[in-house]
Amino acid sequence: MTATIVDEHEPQALANVAQRFMRADRPPHLVGAIELPGEIPLDSGETIGHVHVTYETWGTRSPDDDNVVLICHALTGDSHVADGPDRAAAAAVSDKAFPGGLVKATGPDTGDGGRGAFAGASVSGPPADTHVPGWWSGLVGPGNAIDTNTYFVVCMNVLGGCSGTTGPLSPDPRRTDDPTDPAAPEDRYGLDFPVVTVEDMVQVEARVLDQLGIGRVLAVVGGSLGGMQALVWAREYPERVASCIAVATTWLSTPQTIAFNEVGRQSIVGDPRFEDGRYAPDALPAHGLAVARMIGHITYLSDESMGHKFGRRLVGDELRYTFGKEFQVESYLDHQGYKFVERFDADSYLYITRAIDYYALGDSPEDVERVFTGTPVRFLLLSFTSDWLFPTKQLRETAGALCRAGAEVTFAEIEASSGHDAFLLETVKQGGYVRSFLRETRSRDRLVAMDPHSDGRDGADSRPSASSEGGEC
Amino acid sequence: MVTGLRADLRNIAEEIPVGSRVLDLGCGDGVLLAWLRDQRGCEVRGVEVDESHVLEAVGRGVPVVRSDLDEGLWMFSDGMFDIVVLSQALQEVRRPAALLREILRVGDHALVSFPNFGHWGVRLYLLFRGRMPVSRHIPYSWHETPSIHHTTILDFDDLVDQVGGIVERDVYLRTTASGVTKRLTVLPHWRAQSVISYVGHRR
Repeated sequence: MTATIVDEHEPQALANVAQRFMRADRPPHLVGAIELPGEIPLDSGETIGHVHVTYETWGTRSPDDDNVVLICHALTGDSHVADGPDRAAAAAVSDKAFPGGLVKATGPDTGDGGRGAFAGASVSGPPADTHVPGWWSGLVGPGNAIDTNTYFVVCMNVLGGCSGTTGPLSPDPRRTDDPTDPAAPEDRYGLDFPVVTVEDMVQVEARVLDQLGIGRVLAVVGGSLGGMQALVWAREYPERVASCIAVATTWLSTPQTIAFNEVGRQSIVGDPRFEDGRYAPDALPAHGLAVARMIGHITYLSDESMGHKFGRRLVGDELRYTFGKEFQVESYLDHQGYKFVERFDADSYLYITRAIDYYALGDSPEDVERVFTGTPVRFLLLSFTSDWLFPTKQLRETAGALCRAGAEVTFAEIEASSGHDAFLLETVKQGGYVRSFLRETRSRDRLVAMDPHSDGRDGADSRPSASSEGGEC
Repeated sequence: MVTGLRADLRNIAEEIPVGSRVLDLGCGDGVLLAWLRDQRGCEVRGVEVDESHVLEAVGRGVPVVRSDLDEGLWMFSDGMFDIVVLSQALQEVRRPAALLREILRVGDHALVSFPNFGHWGVRLYLLFRGRMPVSRHIPYSWHETPSIHHTTILDFDDLVDQVGGIVERDVYLRTTASGVTKRLTVLPHWRAQSVISYVGHRR
């Protein structure tokens, strides 16, 4: 049974429309869109107004308000972290819930399963109980490590994204007076969209939480770019996050990361259809974006997982000695690349990879240590043995800096063969850590909340004494 | 009075003052640290190499860094701790001297427990049988033991001296056949099966 209501209890905002999906067997799931008031100052020195953010929530806030878990997504993710109807399905249920095409403006459905891609087609009604799998549903959902029966999970699409939050596909207010009108290519920001950083993304997320009336969260959680956001959250708003769970990530983007990102961007801007970022919906720089995705995809796998998955297996029965697809790994990459074009925007890919390039928690591990000294945030940092995009060494350096800063840090490297993608795939081992860490953080946070002096050390100067128990013999 | 802990940890817990900053190296499932935090108001950190142990420690809310002790204490800075615990692990590391130096770098004091290879039973076993001792306390044969660096109390004192520390006090322990651990004072070098050394800096 699915009931659809427009939530009337959301806090006041310029626009905050939300749609709630109730099913007896699942925690409540809400798909919302919010417009942030005012101009938002960015790291680049520019400002941006009329920022719309698409967010989703699962579960119910506890009476003590101690169960909010904010999840940040990676490069190509969206707000749909757990199962349920996604925003495209939500929009289809009732246009009234998303007046003015807030959602549709930045990414009408393409019929690719409702993942909110960019194309010209209008939304045509997937039923409200259409359940689209979440990108981290192995970790987030009823009964899972981040149990939506226990925690109130919030996830939003990042600034600069293409899945409902303001980004280069959005109408540029300087070009059109109706910022809610689905943007024609000539009205879009395109490359006039300001360059954004991970810090800018986090700032927008904080403002959305303000609008939702959420002051402090139990944990901010993310993998890859999501982990970068989680760490920036801990640095920028230590009083607002009890804990930070950062997975398969690092304290800075290395030259190697920047190099891979740059090759992807060059592939996109070199596509003859790129048109300075103002490509038409029916003439996308598909090849450029697909190749960028192929490069990215290789960095998410490992030599071992590719060997296991494809070996040198052929597409046909025998070698054909052509430049067509000979090996299965080639057709796999091709498939992944072009499938990606259906759900992601090329300009957004430029902006988000650029944000990753700029990311550094500090200039050096010593600087990170200095910045975090005395932080009250607890950390859970997890890396994976076969991840060579953000190898263990980098998260280990992060853990060291945070430990030396005096923080409570748990760091573990998890055995996994699937490369960087392990953070999405290896949810069993990862979930074991996350489940225990969240539970313990919540119970310890309660103790601190009850006793404001519990932090103070006893001060008793009792040296170890040779007290004897059990009797000498 | 320490209750609710395994016997081998109880003797260590007794040596740790209320409110100390404690680092446990090879902390296992974190049971000692959780106890010190909850019962003694200590601020605790652990290092453990075994993944399943790390997971158990997380389940106790104990912050643990997964790392091999032979890689040193890279994650901690000088003087962060009042007491560093190294319980029955010294004999298993590849470079005990390097680890002891690291311990004294990050800690004011160390509590190091180790099996005493100078126990009379060991001496007699080697003297009369001419083979490396295998017993209840040294359960592995020489080629498969994880204890790759056996030491006596005197040897340990020498090493502490070599790395700039000083043994301020020893607790000598023996476990009776019925499994009760007792402290002893008479002829400890001959009779102690294991030792807890309270090590400080030589000023």
